[in-house]
Amino acid sequence: MSHGGGGRATAELIRRIFAPHFANPLLEQGHDVARLERPEGRIVVSTDGHVISPLFFPGGDIGSLAVHGTLNDVAMGGARPIALTAGFVIEEGFALADLERIAASMGAAARRAGVPIATGDTKVVERGKGDGVFITTTGIGVVPDGVEIGPDRLAAGQAVLLSGTLGDHGVAILSQRQGLEFGTTIRSDSAALHRMVADMVAAAPGLALLRDPTRGGLSATLNELVEGTRLGIAIDEAAIPVRGEVASACELLGLDPLHIANEGKLVCICDARDAEPLLAVMRRHPEGREAVRIGSVTAEQPGFVRMTTAIGGTRIVDWLSGEQLPRIC
Amino acid sequence: MGTVPKVAAQAGPAPRMGRLIRVRGQVQAVGYRPFVWQAARALGLAGAVCNDGEGVLIRVAGASEAIARFVAQLRGEAPPLARVLAVELLDAPVPVPEEDFVIAASAGGAVATGIVPDAATCPECLAELRDPGDRRFGYAFGNCTHCGPRLSIIRQLPYDRAHTSMAPFALCPDCAREYADPADRRFHAQPIACPACGPQLTLTGEGADAGDPLARAIDLLRGGRIVAVKGLGGFHLACRAADPAAVARLRARKGRDAKPFALMVPSLDHARALGPLGAEAEACLVSPAAPIVLVPMGPGAHALPEGLAPGQDHLGLMLPYTPLHHLLMDALGEPLVMTSGNRSEEPQVIEDGAAHERLAGIADAWLGHDRAIVNRIDDSVIAFDALGPVVLRRARGMAPDPVVLPESLAHGPRVLAMGGELKATFCLLRGREAVLSQHVGDLEDAAALADYRRLLDLYRDLYAFTPEAIAVDGHPDYLSTRLGRDMAQALGVPLVVADHHHAHMAACLAENGVGLEGEALGLICDGLGLGADGTLWGGELLGGTCAASRRLAGLPAVALPGGAAAMKQPWRNLLAHLLHAFGSEWEAAVPALAARLPRGAPRRVLAQAIGQGLNAPRCSSAGRVFDALAAALGLCGEALSYEGQAAMALEACARPFVAAAQGYPIALDAGEGGVPRLDFAPLWRALDADIGHGVEAGLAAARFHLAFADALVALVDCVAVAKGDYPQGPVALSGGVFNNRILRERVAAGIAGLGREALVHRRVPAGDGGLALGQAVATRARLAA
Ligand SMILES: [Fe+3]
Ligand SMILES: [Mg+2]
Ligand SMILES: [Zn+2]
Ligand SMILES: [Zn+2]
Repeated sequence: MSHGGGGRATAELIRRIFAPHFANPLLEQGHDVARLERPEGRIVVSTDGHVISPLFFPGGDIGSLAVHGTLNDVAMGGARPIALTAGFVIEEGFALADLERIAASMGAAARRAGVPIATGDTKVVERGKGDGVFITTTGIGVVPDGVEIGPDRLAAGQAVLLSGTLGDHGVAILSQRQGLEFGTTIRSDSAALHRMVADMVAAAPGLALLRDPTRGGLSATLNELVEGTRLGIAIDEAAIPVRGEVASACELLGLDPLHIANEGKLVCICDARDAEPLLAVMRRHPEGREAVRIGSVTAEQPGFVRMTTAIGGTRIVDWLSGEQLPRIC
Repeated sequence: MGTVPKVAAQAGPAPRMGRLIRVRGQVQAVGYRPFVWQAARALGLAGAVCNDGEGVLIRVAGASEAIARFVAQLRGEAPPLARVLAVELLDAPVPVPEEDFVIAASAGGAVATGIVPDAATCPECLAELRDPGDRRFGYAFGNCTHCGPRLSIIRQLPYDRAHTSMAPFALCPDCAREYADPADRRFHAQPIACPACGPQLTLTGEGADAGDPLARAIDLLRGGRIVAVKGLGGFHLACRAADPAAVARLRARKGRDAKPFALMVPSLDHARALGPLGAEAEACLVSPAAPIVLVPMGPGAHALPEGLAPGQDHLGLMLPYTPLHHLLMDALGEPLVMTSGNRSEEPQVIEDGAAHERLAGIADAWLGHDRAIVNRIDDSVIAFDALGPVVLRRARGMAPDPVVLPESLAHGPRVLAMGGELKATFCLLRGREAVLSQHVGDLEDAAALADYRRLLDLYRDLYAFTPEAIAVDGHPDYLSTRLGRDMAQALGVPLVVADHHHAHMAACLAENGVGLEGEALGLICDGLGLGADGTLWGGELLGGTCAASRRLAGLPAVALPGGAAAMKQPWRNLLAHLLHAFGSEWEAAVPALAARLPRGAPRRVLAQAIGQGLNAPRCSSAGRVFDALAAALGLCGEALSYEGQAAMALEACARPFVAAAQGYPIALDAGEGGVPRLDFAPLWRALDADIGHGVEAGLAAARFHLAFADALVALVDCVAVAKGDYPQGPVALSGGVFNNRILRERVAAGIAGLGREALVHRRVPAGDGGLALGQAVATRARLAA
């Protein structure tokens, strides 16, 4: 592949690989800009670069992940995504067949989500200057009036909900990346959550917060919310769903499912009385079938996340500064 | 009561001139002023004694010979709980207006003398408890200035009744009279109580409404029931030690598979009947600290149920240390299990409500009372070897007694050291006194963390302490490090990182009186800690001073497959060590050892994880070598049920064989970066051969202990030979692995054989319980230098 530096070769690449898979009316406007109709409500924008090894994993690939990740970031603002953009950095020599596979998966993910890829860009870098392919996606969405979601809305007594099992994505990636032989195939949970979120926001417009527990897992997400504040969070280990295969892989490798990345889960914090109605809404969606309440926001032990363990003790859920280093002396 | 002493002369006839005497140390709330008053009166001296911010101040006039005798008594005698650090006789004469000798009210000022540890019932109070003619006969809460609760009941300074959990109990006229009488043993005893005015026992649970709580609890215990007993610093769970069914039931209900239970025995004679004590252990058992002492099991102990201390060769014994304990013991006349009242590994409960909630399903009944335990203080645990005491847990009766530093470290900033993560303690260093908190526990436990924060506030109040620097461990994820960082920022004082293993070394040096100027080596063996180079250490020879050190030699860095999982499953360390020593051909190199891995252990996946560095950080841990050995000898099953289990089992089974065994070979290689490393490959080969020949586990364990000890000594020797500039001076042995008495004795003897002095811990734990002391000292030394 020699599609560097722009010009004909790159145009050819876009025409042959991306256009067929991304096809939609906005892209077909054929300008350097995509022109969108003025929506109702306020606009949110979110952008995310996707770098992942391996590029293909059970349950997805970098293409679908780049779509889902950004759709979810937009959705966590309580917004309905209306368009995506995609920027590719491709390493010279990257197999065209793989690129096509990624483009197909991206296009399919966007179509399934009902959100067009409105514009894009492609750059090719010299061999050795990139790791296969990097994808940056930007999402544009619309927040309905009256929806005010943010960490400043947290208050003691609110419920903490989780949309499903923890650890699937991180363990799926790990098993592929390291070529570890677990005996079972764990699939990534990579999925778009915006439809479920739209129903949640409709059911409880006053919900306080939505977060997707991606890098750093649930522990990082919850700790980030309360660190340095007057609030704490208490969760219940027994309530947190973890798939059997994920739990045994974690046990084997000494990993904690609370620290592992997810790509199709969300945490919702809401008034306690909204908890059950919201769970009912979540469970109607395939991404939220196993939604549960896992805990509460509290005024005790401010700044810390604590967890009632299976044996009935309460431990502090840690907040790792880097790689997990054992602490037992 | 007298008047506030004034040094200035009063109006009227010129007063007599006399001497001013300053007494420093632990001299408040321990009956020191009545002692001074009695001594002065007996010698016919006039003057006054009072407390102030620096200790006790005495003004005295009389014959110079009588004053000299008086000063000698101040130096040489004191009430049981007092600890006199200095008696200073000021040169300039002062006016003494008093005709008689009086006890004056406190002179005020910032009182910063701290508080004394809780103390076991004294002989006088015990005699009253057992005397049918005494008004406190059979009363569970008697105490005096020589004994009773202190740290466990205080809420804030100053230490008087209103600031303790005795506040709700108004003194009856009899108690009020004793309290006010300097000739009485209860003069100013803040927790003073009697049946008429003091706390009362309650019994809830089984048999709750069947009359006298104490009699009912005794009946329940006799009948094999488990009773939660509210003690001095927390609740215990008690049952008859001689009843195998009760012991098994307690173990099952507590969810504690194997961790040894401590026993309370009615008397020293009962203790002697269980195993050989030795003079030091006996003295320790009957001391006011009254800790749990680990006693070698004799035939008497072996007659008790095996389930008390599975796999151990020592039994933890203590004597009754409150009137309530004495009443129980006098009635039962046999040992009771007295294990901390908690579920599994969480902290002991202190509050009646929590006791009912947390111990439901474990206890059949609760023997409680209406005096609140304000501060949780666990039982201290001490063992003995040829070198003296080995403090395994420093808590009740020991904290907050300060460690007094050598003169060269006496000056410099006030340092608050935050300690480690497990077995956490903190340390307040002011002047020469390093006040180390009681054992708080594992900070990852939410209740322990809450205690740690609360105790930190309490100690800062008790010692009127504002830190000028805060010392933390280098591990960024220790909760103590996080709190220290936040506190340094809030107070605007410097944050100093004290490297883990250097802090262990500094703690040992400070405890042994080695100050700023002293060069030394530190042989530090523990589980793990973040080293100065950002990697995990755990078996290092350091050289330097208490201010700073560098690594001279150590153990090889071997993977911990699964990180924290390797601490719980010793076989992971066996696998990692064998892979490290023999590479991918390890199964062929040491087949008998390979066969000792659990059936179905994921060898391939873990080997891959190690190869790829997937949650398998490398660490030069000494503790994990012991784990690997315990796994090789099949001593601890697939997973440990408590921390330290593998090492304790290995030590216990080695002990009978140590005297006659020969050590395995351990080699030394040049290592990397000029840091020589032990090489365990020869040991694994020899062990593999032994196991192939069906060697007894105890013999192999003994051969390992000897080999490991001798290899550590060889490290010291090789560094001394190889390095021109290695530090002179003693060798400090620290880190939790030196709780192992076989190792400690053998290494100390080997170092003595090299012509160097070995220093060991005797007052603070060698493990992370002593870390805060080292952090404080190292920080003071660095900032002062
Ligand atoms: Fe340590
Ligand atoms: Mg993002
Ligand atoms: Zn007494
Ligand atoms: Zn009374």
